[in-house]
Amino acid sequence: MKPLKLLVLVAVVVLSSAFTIPSLFSEGYKIGDKASDFKLKNIDGKSVSLADYSDAKGFLIVFTCNDCPYAKAYEDRLIQLDKKYKSQGVPVIAINPNNPINQKGETFEKMQERAKEKGFTFPYLVDEGQAISPVFGAQRTPHCYLLEKTSEGNIVKYIGAIDDNYQDENAVETTYVEDAIDAMLAGEEIAIQNTKAIGCSIKL
Amino acid sequence: MKAFVAIVSLIVLVGCKKHTDTTFNIVEEVAPLRIETFSNTEVPVYNFDGFEKLLSVSDDKTYIINFWATWCKPCVEELPHFETIAKQYKSKDVEVILVSLDFPNKVESALIPFIEKHNLESTVVLLDDPKQNTWIPKVDESWSGAIPATVIISKNKRSFYEKSFTFIELEKELKAFITN
Repeated sequence: MKPLKLLVLVAVVVLSSAFTIPSLFSEGYKIGDKASDFKLKNIDGKSVSLADYSDAKGFLIVFTCNDCPYAKAYEDRLIQLDKKYKSQGVPVIAINPNNPINQKGETFEKMQERAKEKGFTFPYLVDEGQAISPVFGAQRTPHCYLLEKTSEGNIVKYIGAIDDNYQDENAVETTYVEDAIDAMLAGEEIAIQNTKAIGCSIKL
Repeated sequence: MKAFVAIVSLIVLVGCKKHTDTTFNIVEEVAPLRIETFSNTEVPVYNFDGFEKLLSVSDDKTYIINFWATWCKPCVEELPHFETIAKQYKSKDVEVILVSLDFPNKVESALIPFIEKHNLESTVVLLDDPKQNTWIPKVDESWSGAIPATVIISKNKRSFYEKSFTFIELEKELKAFITN
């Protein structure tokens, strides 16, 4: 009986570890990794890929959503970033990674509403099937990935927060994303490549 | 007989008094930046420098420190488990501290009404420190910053969890601390 119990226990352990499949991706991208392209539906119904942007020098990919207070706190700053850097070849591309099935606030229609309300100047894409955020390793909203377009592909240059003060835009001391984009465009080393911030966990 | 009753009552009273004296009072442990008071509830507010002192345990207690917010659905769903654990393990010197990451301007409109509506009995503090990139790694290097997140800590042992807990999982993790 005892060996049987042990066998059952081993089987349970093996099976339960086999079912934590997302952990395969939990590492996600690191600085220097090549990011794969995606094709996701925008709020206007058209699909968007990085390859569509032939003149881009890079991309600021931001995982964000409709309902998270931290994500909302950064919406105006995302619009400002897009306005400032789109013309310099680095557009903002927002992706909603949440599964709308259990979250009424995160549906396609609510995304359209939110984008209209705030006047988003950038695409706001649906991660249908929640396939893309695990590949990036995004864990919260908002979570930024700065990519540089090179002959080798789109290289991850910065991962993390937009700046160092979610509460008060006027009290920001370090503009992580702006500093990273400026350095990238100038061909310089990015001083701070990874940052952490409180955010809403992504609901896959 | 009357004297006997009086003495017994006195002993009981003194006993009770003593008990309340030993009840955990976070404000006595570490001075907060300020205390937000609204309705009948007080919430001490800390920056990370103050809060960090609570992460270096010198007494014989086990602390369960849960990072949450009223707007975080999975956090709110697991709160009852932390409340139950706090009650069940009080005699084993377990203290639960619920660290709210609600926005400071939402204390009156969201946090305190939530505490009162749900009759939260555990200690609730507000961590008001926007320099998250500085303090998140000090809680744990592996923490991405997503909530809920929990630290269980005693004098000799410390574990960090970036996940939601069921009651059974939480109790299992806690037991690894109190049998030490």
